[in-house]
Amino acid sequence: MVKKQFVTVKSVSTIARDTIEMVLENEYISNHALPGQFVHVLVPSHTLRRPISIANVDQKNNTITILFKVIGSGTEALATHQPGDTVDVLAPCGNGFNLQLNDMQTALLIGGGIGVPPLYYLGKALAEKEINVISILGFQSADHIFYEEEFLALGETYITTDDGSYGHRGFVTDVLHEVGPFDQFYSCGPTPMLQAVTNKLKDKRGYISLEERMGCGVGACFACVIPTNDDRGYQKICKDGPVFKAGEVVL
Amino acid sequence: MIDLSVKLPGLQLKNPIMPASGCFGFGREYSEFYDLSKLGAVMMKAATGSKRPGNATPRVAETSCGMLNAIGLQNPGVEKIIETEVPFLASYDVGVIANIAGSTIEEYEAVARAFNKTDDVHALELNISCPNVKEGGIQFGTDVAMAQRVTEIVKQASRLPVYVKLSPNVTDVVKMAKAVETAGADGLSMINTLTGMQIDLRRRRPLIANQTGGLSGPAIKPIAIRMIYEVKQHVSIPIIGMGGITNAEDVLEFLLAGASAVAVGTANFQNPFVCPEIIDELPHVLQKYGFQSVQEAVGKGIAR
Repeated sequence: MVKKQFVTVKSVSTIARDTIEMVLENEYISNHALPGQFVHVLVPSHTLRRPISIANVDQKNNTITILFKVIGSGTEALATHQPGDTVDVLAPCGNGFNLQLNDMQTALLIGGGIGVPPLYYLGKALAEKEINVISILGFQSADHIFYEEEFLALGETYITTDDGSYGHRGFVTDVLHEVGPFDQFYSCGPTPMLQAVTNKLKDKRGYISLEERMGCGVGACFACVIPTNDDRGYQKICKDGPVFKAGEVVL
Repeated sequence: MIDLSVKLPGLQLKNPIMPASGCFGFGREYSEFYDLSKLGAVMMKAATGSKRPGNATPRVAETSCGMLNAIGLQNPGVEKIIETEVPFLASYDVGVIANIAGSTIEEYEAVARAFNKTDDVHALELNISCPNVKEGGIQFGTDVAMAQRVTEIVKQASRLPVYVKLSPNVTDVVKMAKAVETAGADGLSMINTLTGMQIDLRRRRPLIANQTGGLSGPAIKPIAIRMIYEVKQHVSIPIIGMGGITNAEDVLEFLLAGASAVAVGTANFQNPFVCPEIIDELPHVLQKYGFQSVQEAVGKGIAR
């Protein structure tokens, strides 16, 4: 259940270009957050909270990790927090990835840019269930790459960069043919990437996680919606999502 | 003991605080944070004749001290709202105000009439000021003759008290207020959002898909205060005030300007507990500034 919580900042570090990793301590969230869920963070001097996906959970130390890119005044303000600061968040928000798949042996994770973080917590959870994890992670260039080691620890990992400065040159979809058999895919990243991924993997079972400008973050304001392919009309990304079945929504 | 109760047409409120229409859905989401019976009333999200999908995204953008929204009246339609949402709110001890909208006078009339069949809605808020739909909405709220006409029709169609929600996007809000009072409005609610725009520097295009959106939040509070202050001196029907309220001091300011009760909108997004927190704080603020009741403060800020 979503609750308003105060988290304590444990550490703040720049782990790639414009990319901040923040470890936050809160027992309720670390005990309840599922892969794919997000925290809705109050930013000083800003009207709207910022939705940020949960990249990792450490239940032993009661911490969660968030990763975000500094792209505007909100994320800039958020990045100024220091260890020891208290931050007001609503969490855990939304519905996470479906993990109850008894017949799954191999999962493919496909992440792009700042869409990569939620896949790490997911990959860890899948690996703990002894599911084979393959990852394809796309970044703009070498200096944007993060968590390569962490994903390698989960399993086979392919890195692509738009400019070819590291790994495979091109997009995540360009290496799909190199990946061995898998039962299901999970993807998060920019909309054009999700379009390309779901298009190429039309015949596969998969889940995608979406991002949108949000208002309330709890389903009341109808700001972050996405049309569905059936008669349900718009679904709320914050409450019904952010994870949807591939093919369920119109990208 | 400070008396927070407020008596308005159709509404006997335990306190003057209600979440504003469009910022609280139909209450379900916030009922997970606190007991809705704590509120004076709930203003439901707008109902239209049939289901409306709303606008494309992005639908919101942050501004200095506020936000723009262009949701576009997304709602499941009045029948569905009466069937599934009204009974939910009726399970709480709280006033229920239904916000009604439409593209045509006939649609407003039909929606107003539909609410006659439930005993669990206590008043209507006539939305003639939504800036985010192509047809209807604000065009009824910026034209005196049309505002008068739609108010008359809705009054005839409904057995409930009607509060007309005024648009601030007019030159003379007093003229509009007097016109709807003459047309039979039982009360006013003011203000709706102000039409605004934000341009995305990277894309070089308006950020919101609808291009324009309604500005809300603390940025518009002085405008709301001024308009209520002006209108209060020219009408005798009560005013529900709204526009950028975030704390109990803001509430007192609205009361002093002439509002009898208030609605809290955008602040719910920042703090889901803002309404109950204001309700807890209000007695202390009233006492601090020398009032024993909400009632006593209404209009006391108007220079005579």
